[in-house]
Amino acid sequence: MIPLNWYLYLALALFAVGLFGFVTRRNVIIVLLSIEIMLNAANVALAALGTRMQDVTGHIVVFFVIAVAAAEAAIGLSLVVLLYKRFREVHLDEVKMLKG
Amino acid sequence: MPFSLFNLKALSPEIFLVVVASLMVLFDRAIRAKDFFFWTGLFGTVLAWWLARESLGLAFGGSYLADHYGFFFKTIFLLSLFLSLLISPAYARREGFHFGEYYGLLYFAVCGMMLMASGTDLLVIYLGLELMSLSVYVLVALDWRDSRGLEGGLKYFLLGSLASAFLVMGLAFIYGQTGSLNLLEIKRQLTVSASEMAVLSGIVFFMVALGFKVAMVPFHMWAPDAYEGAPTPVTAFMSVAAKAAGFAALGRIFLLAFAPAHIFWMKLLVPLAVLTMFVGNILAVVQTNIKRLLAYSSVAHAGYVLLGIAVGTREGLSAVLLYLFVYAFMNIGAFAVVTLLQRESGAGESIFDYQGLAKLYPVPAFLMLLFMFSLTGIPPTAGFIGKFYLFRSVVHAGHPWLAVLAVLASVIAAYPYLRIVMLMYMREPERQIRPVASPSLWLALGLSAVGVILIGVYPGSLLHTVMGSVF
Repeated sequence: MIPLNWYLYLALALFAVGLFGFVTRRNVIIVLLSIEIMLNAANVALAALGTRMQDVTGHIVVFFVIAVAAAEAAIGLSLVVLLYKRFREVHLDEVKMLKG
Repeated sequence: MPFSLFNLKALSPEIFLVVVASLMVLFDRAIRAKDFFFWTGLFGTVLAWWLARESLGLAFGGSYLADHYGFFFKTIFLLSLFLSLLISPAYARREGFHFGEYYGLLYFAVCGMMLMASGTDLLVIYLGLELMSLSVYVLVALDWRDSRGLEGGLKYFLLGSLASAFLVMGLAFIYGQTGSLNLLEIKRQLTVSASEMAVLSGIVFFMVALGFKVAMVPFHMWAPDAYEGAPTPVTAFMSVAAKAAGFAALGRIFLLAFAPAHIFWMKLLVPLAVLTMFVGNILAVVQTNIKRLLAYSSVAHAGYVLLGIAVGTREGLSAVLLYLFVYAFMNIGAFAVVTLLQRESGAGESIFDYQGLAKLYPVPAFLMLLFMFSLTGIPPTAGFIGKFYLFRSVVHAGHPWLAVLAVLASVIAAYPYLRIVMLMYMREPERQIRPVASPSLWLALGLSAVGVILIGVYPGSLLHTVMGSVF
């Protein structure tokens, strides 16, 4: 039996990986992937906690998060398609009309 | 807590909104006269408000509670939806998105906000937040042929999804510590374990996630871009309604579930609120694009409202409700004037286009003056009442220095707002921009102006309502 803490460390590590990718990568598709990794880090934690507590709530939340992530990906990818149509480019550095 | 699995009556306004929104999206092809959707939208909003008023109650085993707090926020959402709808058709026709999906998406967004305001379960609040955010991302990027709209939408989407990842992670932390997602249950558990590391990190994660939604500094970077890029009616809508929804969730989660850890999160929220006020106002000073200026001003207003949440008293929360209600009138009013003067491809967006407006068109200029005074917080207007009660609640909670800082921040805010008034009234016109008005736009302007003056002169009954609306 793998201890609960290992799962939680894994979740935190995945979350950190995703956050790092979000901050450093400039390709929009990779940034979207990083967000997915962060969401799935939370899913790992929720599933592990739900199993440990013998409580179905955690597992239910995982399903909801997966569904929402799918909707989010649909919108994100359609934005990327529009971006490519408009600029022929999916790198954030090339898209700088608005100033900070 | 009385157990009720399927009390769908409490959800009737949300169900109604989803059905109408789906029909609007579905029948967009079949109906040629697109104004039909506009009128449906207007009447549907009124009907949804009536439904919300009639159907208070508990649903889904206590995970959804349509109480007075929720109802007050629903009133704010539907009011800002109504006013934004009124300023939509002329603009939408010009920019080519006057179709069913636009109105349908606005409805979906409001439905998500309602779930956030009335959800008493972290999962319901998360789902409401996503429904709202996903609809608003699309609305921001609706005008995607304009590259500013596309870029604003993309930025908002990326940072917003990051925020929701934080929210889910925070949810996992809280769930792991308390074993429940119900706010009351979490509160009960936190009274014994409020200082656990997992709880504190969960609270921080929630603060980051909701801070993104209400544009709290340092998570405000998306706001100016999204506000400038979005079509102006959408900007008006999201600057008021989406922000109010964020505060609804923030108030419910922090003042109900996280109340036992108030000492901890107050230490974080107060500096961030002060920072938000000052950064928003100082950056507003240097803006020359009116939509960006109003975006930074809305960041600053989020700072004031955060103070009301941070003090953690019932009076503070009621002041938050009052402020957000007032803000709906004055901010949408200001955006309605912006819509009035805006032309294709960004003309009429610079604040120098407002030079000498009073000489040429006294009525729009006077209305803008009224909204600017209200945003500054000058006495006969509603903005003063909102600020007064907010700062008073901060003083009553025992933080006079905080109120002093807030007043200082609003002094800085006077510069950008009064600068526009100065340009309108004390300069000669250079470029002539003719306002194109539609009757519905004038109606929106009139309603906002009446709201701003009426609440400013006679705040009594509103104050009474607000005091009765906090949990």
